[in-house]
Amino acid sequence: MKDENLANIIRSRAFKSLFPDDTPYYGLASDQVATLEKSLPLSAIAIEIAALENDIIPERYVRNFKAFSYQDQIALLKSTVAIIGLGGLGGGVVEILARIGIGTLILIDGDVFEETNLNRQMLSTQNGIGTSKAVAAQQRVKKINSSVSTIIYKEFLDEQNGPSMLAEANVIVDCLDSITTRLMVQEIANKLQKPMVSSALAGASGQVTTILPGDKGLTLIYGEQARQSSTGVEKSLGCLPQAVTVLSALECSEVVKVLLNRGALLRNRLLIVDLHSNDFEIMHLL
Amino acid sequence: MTAYIDLKLYATLKKFSPPSPEKYPVEPGTTVLSVIEKLGIPKNEAKLVFIDGIISELTTPLHGGERVGIFPPVGGG
Repeated sequence: MKDENLANIIRSRAFKSLFPDDTPYYGLASDQVATLEKSLPLSAIAIEIAALENDIIPERYVRNFKAFSYQDQIALLKSTVAIIGLGGLGGGVVEILARIGIGTLILIDGDVFEETNLNRQMLSTQNGIGTSKAVAAQQRVKKINSSVSTIIYKEFLDEQNGPSMLAEANVIVDCLDSITTRLMVQEIANKLQKPMVSSALAGASGQVTTILPGDKGLTLIYGEQARQSSTGVEKSLGCLPQAVTVLSALECSEVVKVLLNRGALLRNRLLIVDLHSNDFEIMHLL
Repeated sequence: MTAYIDLKLYATLKKFSPPSPEKYPVEPGTTVLSVIEKLGIPKNEAKLVFIDGIISELTTPLHGGERVGIFPPVGGG
């Protein structure tokens, strides 16, 4: 289909509206996107991108504006983000990235929910105990934003399967619960020349950093510890839901800045968060 | 002469905090290692040491006036 024909079809279904500051915009409702998806040989994401290219905002993204520009939203819709680990951090990251409009999410976790997950893992429900975390993530994305494509892996990432799982990702988000696996993911990300955002926590304290290809990243934080012990002091402190949620939001903030190539990144820096003392401090790792 | 550091202990290390951590007395030239030993902090839990916001070694000498942050390894998610 010619771009102009597509633009005309989308324009015919758009409507005039106002931002809360009373400036006008053209919007496109989600049901119109769904209808067009059925009648055109295009994905919902492709339709949303075409709308934005013609200065029409899919309604579901209107409150991303004007913090985001049309080009920003297009860039996010064209992006693929891999989320490794769909527990506490992963559940929050999935929720935010689906809502913000990342076009494709690669969802990786071989685990199933257990009752001890219920305190913090947003994808876990009482009825879902024993079911796949990756499937729950996919179902949640579908409910939030059916335009988003999902690729799920109901298996744990390892050195063998990791490179192919992560090959299409523009950014990798570490939402793991093992220090050794984190270091392995960093090595894979480095080989694939992919940026990675990493977080970890214990109790009400946690950390976030962003690692670009070639950076020392997590080795500056964990050093040889990573090879010796897979867990940290979360074994005795647990993981509190308010800390997990704050840290997952901070990871998403880094992901968006990497994708839009805009804003200050926590590269070679570690943001330390302590909700007990309300400390938010950026430490320099180099 | 006694100098003072502003000591911040995170996560599991909080329980080792002295009564006034923001004004913790040290002898000038003392190291972070001797501070953690004095407070009874297990060395393998003092994995990340920051002096004035910059990652540092346990052997770094302190002169007073520094902000010292010590973070244990965390891996939860």
